[in-house]
Amino acid sequence: MAKITFDGVEVEVPDGTTILNAARQIGGSIVPPAMCYYTPLKGSGGKCRACLVRVAAGSTKDPRPMPKLVASCVTPVQDGMVVENTTSEQVLNVRKGIVEMLLINHPLDCPVCDQAGECDLQNFAFEHGVSTTRYQEERRTFEKIDIGPLIQLHMTRCILCYRCVYTADQIVKGDRVHGVLGRGDAAEIGTYIENIIDDDFSGNVIDVCPVGALTDKTFRFKQRVWFTKPVNAHRDCPKCSGNVVLWYKGKDVLRVTARKDEYGEVKEWICNECRFEKKETSDWTIEGPAHIDRSSVISANHYELPVLNQSVIADLPESTQRELEKNPPLKLG
Amino acid sequence: MGRKLLTEHINVEGIETFEVYRKHGGYRSVEKAIKTMTPDEVVEEVKKSGLRGRGGAGFPTGMKWSFLAKPEGVPRYLVCNADESEPGTFKDRQLMSKLPHLLIEGMITSSYALGANTSYIYIRGELLYVLRILEKAIAEAYAAGFLGKNILGSGYDLDLHVHPGGGAYICGEETALLESLEGKRGNPRNKPPFPAVQGLYARPTVVNNVESIAAVPVIVNEGGDEYAKIGVGRSTGTKLFSACGHLNKPGIYEIELGLPVEEFIYSDEYCGGIWKGRNLKAVVAGGSSVPILPTELILKTAAGENRLMTYESLSDGGFVTGTMLGSGGFIAMDETTCIVRNTWNFSRFYHHESCGQCSPCREGTGWLEKVLHRLEHGHGHMEDIDLLVSVAKQIEGNTICPLGEAAAWPVAAAVRHFRDEFEWHVTHAKQAAQPGAVYPGAAVLA
Repeated sequence: MAKITFDGVEVEVPDGTTILNAARQIGGSIVPPAMCYYTPLKGSGGKCRACLVRVAAGSTKDPRPMPKLVASCVTPVQDGMVVENTTSEQVLNVRKGIVEMLLINHPLDCPVCDQAGECDLQNFAFEHGVSTTRYQEERRTFEKIDIGPLIQLHMTRCILCYRCVYTADQIVKGDRVHGVLGRGDAAEIGTYIENIIDDDFSGNVIDVCPVGALTDKTFRFKQRVWFTKPVNAHRDCPKCSGNVVLWYKGKDVLRVTARKDEYGEVKEWICNECRFEKKETSDWTIEGPAHIDRSSVISANHYELPVLNQSVIADLPESTQRELEKNPPLKLG
Repeated sequence: MGRKLLTEHINVEGIETFEVYRKHGGYRSVEKAIKTMTPDEVVEEVKKSGLRGRGGAGFPTGMKWSFLAKPEGVPRYLVCNADESEPGTFKDRQLMSKLPHLLIEGMITSSYALGANTSYIYIRGELLYVLRILEKAIAEAYAAGFLGKNILGSGYDLDLHVHPGGGAYICGEETALLESLEGKRGNPRNKPPFPAVQGLYARPTVVNNVESIAAVPVIVNEGGDEYAKIGVGRSTGTKLFSACGHLNKPGIYEIELGLPVEEFIYSDEYCGGIWKGRNLKAVVAGGSSVPILPTELILKTAAGENRLMTYESLSDGGFVTGTMLGSGGFIAMDETTCIVRNTWNFSRFYHHESCGQCSPCREGTGWLEKVLHRLEHGHGHMEDIDLLVSVAKQIEGNTICPLGEAAAWPVAAAVRHFRDEFEWHVTHAKQAAQPGAVYPGAAVLA
């Protein structure tokens, strides 16, 4: 076990844990943001540099500070390590720079982008960026690539996080046909992405994409995500766990996704049949409202009613009180 | 006249053949090491010599070797980084094409010291002709019993392979090199783990520059202490400098570390002064990635002392008034050089060569290049100058590998030392954008 101090909070974690995961054990707003790291995908992380932190003391054995900021998602903790994240002005300044860099070639078309409301870059920019850019040059654009009827690839919005590449490598079966071509700011996700689309688990690339580069064609533009209601459901699926989130608009299931944790990481991969073909409520056993614990506009809609104590309820109008008592998810304090 | 330890016989006819090389004392270090020394004793000699990595970083070679993990029953590798491609640096190419057996001798001795039974020379793809020279020399070494099974009857086995890369600058970064050697895209790895623990094929690996490995036979033959007597302070031994630019005698020079920069530039033994009798304007002392210095700072330190060709003296003053020895790519620029154009040119290179894996380097190198392009072509604004510094700062230290720094340092240093020239490109945009236009001096800004 290693004991580290993260932003002044002490935490003890097993040896080999990364700084980011140690911070996640503390939780809350001090956890560094991550655009490319994705726990279920082996080898991911270290690329976007969003999670850079300052190591003010390397370890008890060698308490010298590390000369450069380190990527917290790929750097293992050492006993006695002292890490600064939100307490370091240098880190916060660098993060502003990273937002600016990422937004150079990522269009700010949030009003029309299907990922709006659940875009990691949108959240990252909101929390760490500035509202202006100093970039005046031409931005990169791409010809549209058709990768079939289920998934839309929008290379223009890609931030080269490599998550879909790892998904194709690790989740999708068959030969490796999906990778990064070109280098520098001319790098792009390989055009052979269409070759993975026939696989039963290819839809997971949609869930792992932090921005709107890979979206669900069966859901695109049907509804803004914050107007839909996420509901946990499951079915007996022979291919995957069958544990999903159904996104309702009224009585219609508009979209099916895998369940994600508070850091937006998929808990269990789901198959394409569950994702794209089972869009009737009758296909599923409903469990109840899904908890979306993320710093985004989705959770702002409060799909779960807050836990209210009796004194608060007593102050509410009578009609509201009656409505609340009828509502099963409500926990009365 | 300084001592030549590596290039003493470089002009001997036929020195690239085993027979001639052997006649001139070649492979003595292999015999000495394998027959009379333990691997640890060889490492100890290299430590004593004070040899520092000649690829650019200047990390002590012996110490790097002693970091190598040695778990039982697990192979270890020595990889020679021959992916020389920094603009202005061309010393390894010459060493390998003229003295292939020196590198092979160094590889054998070093591999023995490290306990490696398979070693690789990873060579830049464009140097196919050098690859052929090396392959021929390796075949000769195998035939003479210096490579293969049971070398010199000692029971020590070593296989040596030359592996051409695809011609990407990033593959000179040690972890990208290992990725490429494994047959993958040459993207740098996150560190830790360091190659000494998890390198090639996830095994303990040492990656050394050609010149560092070529120095090992000399150290073993002469002894580490003797080697350490050459040079100044922690800069021991000799170093190859590839001098280019506006010099009367550009070329590759082996010098004893500690030579004054002024003597290197102006003495007839070395570069012979600036061509056409012009004045020196600036120097990039260690390959295009190190900070550029104006004449007054390359010849003298800020304290007024003579600047010497050593790791310490060249870096004296940090990046405010100093630079780095780097890989020894010495680029001299005369008074007709446009610093903005030159910086833009360097930036184009790093933009082109960024692997694109991490966001600051992928986006930042392109941004720098585009702003410099604007300034050079007469479309710049005054605030662009500070923008360059700011973007360079956003890249520096925040990337996976040092290519970010390599792209940021030259830009930041050029603005630091030649800001008035950048300003002239804004205030006299039309004039500055003319082909061959050169900043006429501070008077025009007054």
